[in-house]
Amino acid sequence: MTAGYVIVGSGAAGIAAVEILREIDPRAKITLVTADRDGYYSRPGLAYLLTGQLPEKQLFPLTAREYAQLRIETIHDRALAVDADEHRLVLEQHGSIEYERLLLAVGAQANMPALEGIDLEGVVKLDTLSDARRILKLARKSRRAVVIGGGITAIELAEGLAAQGVETHYFLRRERYWPGVLDSQESGLVERRLEREGIRVHHHTEIERITGKRGKVSGVETTSGTQVDCQMVAVAIGIRPRLELARSSGLKIGRGILVDERLRTSAEDVFAAGDAAQVFDTARGEFLLDSLWWPAVEQGKIAGRNMAGHPASYRKPVAMNVTRIGGLTTTLIGAVGGGDMDRDLVSIARGDSEAWRQAPHAFAIEHEHEADRLRLLMEDNTIVGALLMGDQTLSLTLQELILRQVDIGAIRDDLISSQVFPGDLLTSFWRQWQEAGRALES
Amino acid sequence: MLNRFFERDDSRRRALAVATVVPEPSRCVQCGICSYNCPLGVDVRRHARLGQAISEQACLTCGECVARCPRSVLRFETAAHQR
Repeated sequence: MTAGYVIVGSGAAGIAAVEILREIDPRAKITLVTADRDGYYSRPGLAYLLTGQLPEKQLFPLTAREYAQLRIETIHDRALAVDADEHRLVLEQHGSIEYERLLLAVGAQANMPALEGIDLEGVVKLDTLSDARRILKLARKSRRAVVIGGGITAIELAEGLAAQGVETHYFLRRERYWPGVLDSQESGLVERRLEREGIRVHHHTEIERITGKRGKVSGVETTSGTQVDCQMVAVAIGIRPRLELARSSGLKIGRGILVDERLRTSAEDVFAAGDAAQVFDTARGEFLLDSLWWPAVEQGKIAGRNMAGHPASYRKPVAMNVTRIGGLTTTLIGAVGGGDMDRDLVSIARGDSEAWRQAPHAFAIEHEHEADRLRLLMEDNTIVGALLMGDQTLSLTLQELILRQVDIGAIRDDLISSQVFPGDLLTSFWRQWQEAGRALES
Repeated sequence: MLNRFFERDDSRRRALAVATVVPEPSRCVQCGICSYNCPLGVDVRRHARLGQAISEQACLTCGECVARCPRSVLRFETAAHQR
């Protein structure tokens, strides 16, 4: 292959594709086009850079040697359009390059609200490493910050700013945090922990406008007319796939770049993966968006295989994320959202999945023990979703029970009526289920 | 009483000595907190990426990476559990 493979985007999906392509074809020409000067780093790790748990240089998963071994030709530029007929990718500064097979792994970017003052210096978002650097720099000279939005990124911004010694105020439009995914108990748990970290949570509070002095943020005015002096406004109201390139190239798009289960776009030899892709879910028969690291990696690998001519299909796993919300390790698996309106988000957020909000007929079983909390979403005799906060011992078991749609009818009543945290109940049930399976196999 | 305490502590230590740190790659976001906190500089993150248990001689099974991982990617497994 002379023109070789061209990958646009140096995030999790793009690099996973590069790794697979290099593995399959040691001699292939692989070109990586990226507008991010910092290349491949852990985007979720930016949260820990903000809290000071990690230095910047630690964010790069590949050592210089490992990166060199991939033998990538890197072009730092922005891709403007795909000419699918001619198999050429048009770049902003480097003319156009030819490709045999092309992958669009361009990711997603923060939505910004249409607020007066949104362009002032001091308004920040958290998409890239350079955003994180800007936040750290501004935090050094800021006394007070206001955070708006929902989901995981809003919390990461609030905790990061508080950790940098900035007095942090978190504005929520309604009465609680992340109502689309958490129930009111869980929202309360998170909010109390944020407050313990010194973050002030304000309910029913919305920004009317951001005010500035000499081009810099000087405060916000709320819809109820309160003035709050601050030097920073951090925004996390959700993300949207970067669609400009696909749109200008005439590819089929929905909320993301539409791809089939082999990650093929509507144009021949053009693939898409990761946060930018809206992938056909064969089980549900619809196209869904995720913004999760592991699915992005998996999609990158599948796209890479298909690009190399080794047919492979992506089967959407049960959507899962593990994260620390308010210092509490939280695992979300499958359908956990009750479908409440979430006015803090205009779309899904980072670390979020559309699949979490799809349990219209499920009923919840809840258990709490000290700081630990478990909520199971049940449909008849199967668990379709679980949210686990605190102790994570049950996490793998739940993942398996949900993924395999195990019939838990035998312990269902015990689960519902149990007065104690049902850890042992679930663990021993899963062990017996596995043993029964093994006995059948042998 | 005290003897029993020491016995328990000793059995725990023996358990750790035969245990291995095992990653669950699908939970990992490659942030690198594990490698950063390893006192012996083992690249735990690389193992998590490749889905490999940390079987290096260098690993003390001190549990620092297991405790620090913000996403509970790592766990101890004794040889009996590994297949």
